[in-house]
Amino acid sequence: MNAPLIGARIERKEDYRFLTGAGQYTDDVELPRQSYAAFVRSPHAHAKIRKISLDKARQAPGFIAAYTGEDFAAAKLGGLPCGWLITDVNGQPMKEPPHPCLAQGKVRYVGDQVAIVVAETSEQARDAAERVNVDYEVLPAVVDGSKARAKGAPQLHDIAPDNTCYVWALGDKAVTDAAFAKAAHVTKLDFINNRLIPNALEPRVANGSYSRADDSYTLYVASQNPHVERLLMTAFVMGLPEHKVRVVAGDVGGGFGSKIYLYAEDVAVTWASKQVNRPVKWTSDRSEAFLSDAHGRDHHTVAELALDKDGKFLAMRVKTTANVGAYLSTFASCVPTILYATLLAGQYKTPVIHCEVTAVFTNTTPVDAYRGAGRPEATYVVERLVETAAREMKIDPAEIRRRNFITAFPYQTPVALMYDIGDYNATMDAAQKLADVSGFSKRKEQSIKNGKLRGLGYAAYIEACGIAPSAVAGSLGARAGLFEAGEVRVHPTGSVTVFTGSHSHGQGHETTFAQVVADRLGMPIENVDIVHGDTSKILFGMGTYGSRSIAVGGTAIVKALDKVIAKGKKIAAHLMEAAEADVEYDRGVYTVKGTDKKKMFGEVAFAAYVPHNYPHDKLEPGLNENAFYDPSNFTFPAGTYVCEVEVDPETGVVRIEKFTAVDDFGKIINPMIVEGQVHGGLTQGIGQALTEGCRYDDATGQLLTGSFMDYCIPRATDVPSYQVDTRETPCTHNPLGVKGCGEAGAIGAPAALMNAITDALGVTDMPMPATPQTVWRTLQNKKAA
Amino acid sequence: MHAFKYHRPSSLNDAAALMKGDAKLLAGGQTLVQTMKLRLASPSDIVDLGTIKDLAGIKSDGKSVTVGAMTRHADVAHSADVNKAIPALAALAAMIGDRQVRAMGTIGGSLANNDPAADYPAAVLALNATITTNKGKHEADKFFKGMFTTALGAGEIITAVSFQVPKRAAYMKFKNPASRFAIVGVFVADFGGSVRVAVTGAGPVVFRQAEMEKALAAKFAPESVANIKVKQDGLNSDMHASAEYRAHLVTVMARRAVQAALK
Amino acid sequence: MAVKVSLKVNGKSVSAEVEERTLLVTVIRENLRLTGTHVGCDTAQCGACTVSMNGKAVKSCSILAMQAEGAEVMTIEGVAKPDGTLHPMQAAFKEHHGLQCGFCTPGMVMNAIDFAKSHPNPSEQEVREALEGNLCRCTGYHNIVKAIGAGARAMAASK
Repeated sequence: MNAPLIGARIERKEDYRFLTGAGQYTDDVELPRQSYAAFVRSPHAHAKIRKISLDKARQAPGFIAAYTGEDFAAAKLGGLPCGWLITDVNGQPMKEPPHPCLAQGKVRYVGDQVAIVVAETSEQARDAAERVNVDYEVLPAVVDGSKARAKGAPQLHDIAPDNTCYVWALGDKAVTDAAFAKAAHVTKLDFINNRLIPNALEPRVANGSYSRADDSYTLYVASQNPHVERLLMTAFVMGLPEHKVRVVAGDVGGGFGSKIYLYAEDVAVTWASKQVNRPVKWTSDRSEAFLSDAHGRDHHTVAELALDKDGKFLAMRVKTTANVGAYLSTFASCVPTILYATLLAGQYKTPVIHCEVTAVFTNTTPVDAYRGAGRPEATYVVERLVETAAREMKIDPAEIRRRNFITAFPYQTPVALMYDIGDYNATMDAAQKLADVSGFSKRKEQSIKNGKLRGLGYAAYIEACGIAPSAVAGSLGARAGLFEAGEVRVHPTGSVTVFTGSHSHGQGHETTFAQVVADRLGMPIENVDIVHGDTSKILFGMGTYGSRSIAVGGTAIVKALDKVIAKGKKIAAHLMEAAEADVEYDRGVYTVKGTDKKKMFGEVAFAAYVPHNYPHDKLEPGLNENAFYDPSNFTFPAGTYVCEVEVDPETGVVRIEKFTAVDDFGKIINPMIVEGQVHGGLTQGIGQALTEGCRYDDATGQLLTGSFMDYCIPRATDVPSYQVDTRETPCTHNPLGVKGCGEAGAIGAPAALMNAITDALGVTDMPMPATPQTVWRTLQNKKAA
Repeated sequence: MHAFKYHRPSSLNDAAALMKGDAKLLAGGQTLVQTMKLRLASPSDIVDLGTIKDLAGIKSDGKSVTVGAMTRHADVAHSADVNKAIPALAALAAMIGDRQVRAMGTIGGSLANNDPAADYPAAVLALNATITTNKGKHEADKFFKGMFTTALGAGEIITAVSFQVPKRAAYMKFKNPASRFAIVGVFVADFGGSVRVAVTGAGPVVFRQAEMEKALAAKFAPESVANIKVKQDGLNSDMHASAEYRAHLVTVMARRAVQAALK
Repeated sequence: MAVKVSLKVNGKSVSAEVEERTLLVTVIRENLRLTGTHVGCDTAQCGACTVSMNGKAVKSCSILAMQAEGAEVMTIEGVAKPDGTLHPMQAAFKEHHGLQCGFCTPGMVMNAIDFAKSHPNPSEQEVREALEGNLCRCTGYHNIVKAIGAGARAMAASK
């Protein structure tokens, strides 16, 4: 028998192709008679379209076709749907203004799509797009969420007065207010969770084609969830039957949420491919990506924590304005509500919590889920409040956390979630040790000697992953199920192809999932291939986001695997002339209890496909099973992060001296891959806190951070080597005991880093990102005060 | 990128003759090609200097270091001659862009472009360099006219830059975290008796800081500049750095440059 | 107007008829169909398009195809041995999990190989500084830095 594969640090199966340039990303797909699209985008944040003239574009060399919103309306193409209905405080549905693929009479943000131009080459498409003449009547714009509801603010949508999408709340306000009235201490913070631009390294690509032979479409697209993309596009926008559309998302160069959504460009190239009877490809350049990929975060929050004299949390009160941008992107509505307010208990026994969220439209790029989605915002609220309260009450920040940790499970929070398991003291203990917190004061002295400031900050985060039980999601407004599907196809000679509805765009599923399957079947990992990302191959899939792949997708595979093994047991019993009840199975070997009889899994598989000696009266031949898995609860990864920084007070430069992360992801399949996910998440979280901040010009609504020249995603010199470790409380409600690890770093890092910086500077709060200028300014203000 | 006509002249004269209308010279292309890709520049003609002989190379004679216009940043950074004569110049070249950009970008291209946040102008001005072109010579003090403008005339092509060798010098750069251009870069050069301090990134064009030069000429020490308050007037102000912050950084970078030069 | 550009790519002489405005990366990806070289930005920041030209790592999105006339170019496809054995730097990326989505990886590897030629035993700080022109959004650089150090030492050892 082979060595156990679950828990093993195995090099990735997918790496060889990536390392040799053999990956097949969407832009690498070149179809016969390929044509190319470019989009005409609004240069204004808010404007009426008086007239669009295509005459000059039609004269451009290589021009094939151009279409505007009028053409799309005539073709009865619908708008882009939102997948989650939020019901407001008055029981009314959220306002859902139309989100046309191409502007209908009005543009609402810089980058809004106005027309698609198709030409022989991509440069010719751009040349022709430049010649499209659009006559705009420029309107005043509002980009700041806090100003969207002000009197006289420009109105984006007729159906959304005061630019309000919804006012939503969770928790008991009266009880919360009463708890605040009795508090010995109240900590209050007012801050912005900065807007981010995801910037997966591979820009979005969509390549649509049409077959006259069977009246069907194929869309190659850089997507995290091809089936969801197909469902939304066919049923809600194009009015096509699903079986007439194939969506393929092969190798995808990172997603981080930004490739979950159905985008206008995807619909436009697919529809246009039938009009021109040629494949139509659009490849976003980075400048376009900055304007047109869904952004993340953008909350303005006032948060309060009530404590008794011993630092015990009594209540939390949170009021947030969430800027959702110009239109509702696919999951925009659930991010600042369902994925946010429900996490405000954090790791603590806060007995009552009230959260009110107002979602507003502004003349900015739509905002949707970005790595962590709601949970980084919640963690930031909780962990900044907790750290600040500790400082104000002169209690050690780790100690105040320990006094309030949830220690008995299952635990019902006041904000709807039921935590199944965790051990928050264990991750805190380990993190403090690994970070050498006890040596901090010495290091601080040394920094001061060198004219530097030094600070230390914690974040003890929790997240709800494995999204989600469909029934729960449905009761909260989800318009889709959130299960996952898997299929295990055993071939006659015993090798296995596994089809999964999860999608890998860097997570390493081809290895992790293969480890699970090969381990169970007792075969070398080379004998197992994982296939994902093609609606024509995979039975169904809800895709990858919310750190759900191993917990939901992995479990679906295990369920299918169980069926394969169970059927194999019947075959083995027949082959070994034993009662099925006496047959036992362990990692590829069927044995008969109390005998030395055994059959290898490969022999059983062969018998299933060459069924000469076979129980035909009881079983069909073949060994191919599928399963759908709908989880019974979320999973709850949690951990403690400790960040230590040194600040140069002269320049404001922050250097991260040490970053320690101890996470509890439940059981771990491949520690190497898990560590990599943590490293990446931490870096994006550090990016939010230190370097990344999307900025719009208040007056014109122009995006000021529209390229890597102005928007700084972390470079290698901006981040340290990390110290990471794990503790393990296995998830109680899935067979692998797994929780998910993809977002943790991005969720916990910003609060830990800002807690460290504010500690170093000796200030209560300062805005993210803590760029040198902002840090320097904060110090100047402190000096002046 | 808009369409253009590409030329590969084999001599400076041929290149100069091609510089008509909206023609642009192409040196390393690390700025120009980006600008063209973004369709922010649309030259009618591109005149590639890449195959003209003798435009690249480094010569040092003890008093000055002469760098050919087509010499790549990486070659300046790694040059034994430059490292020996003016290590601060080699260090500056090693701070431009990133290593791939340095393998292509050239000193001539950088100077002709005169980006207000570029590094080389600080060295040229502080080291009192002479810029040689196909038509004559320019003194550093009269070369940088304003944002993206220089004293170069139509059809004038930089061929080499001669830097005076100082007694000691150093360049301190405070990078824009995103672009890696200079938010503030200060080049301090001590010629023994006279000191030149050139500041890039802070204003619309590289400039000399007279007050610091005077103080350092009197005493070449960090404390000579540590308390000099630089005026904000006329300095750049953008979302990365206000004029006030830039003014502050000029002092800090100048002091650190002096410290480094003394090491 | 179409012009002809001739160069050597991965040891083979090739030529292509292209528009004058064509970038080197476009010739590599579209004319030669060597799609391992990627384009991740339009401002020369991300480095996903890094190839070796005349022995130096350069950004092929910032070079006109015509500038590469007569050049010797190596792309990621030319790095492994003809029998498919990975180059020590590629192997180090695999061993140290220096890649996730794989999109930045070819550029990382091409730059790392060039860097390692002059840095047979680099420090962590040297590696991080050498990556100034390569962006990765997945790995947080931690494992890339480890991989490049190990790859450089392996390259030095295999000389």
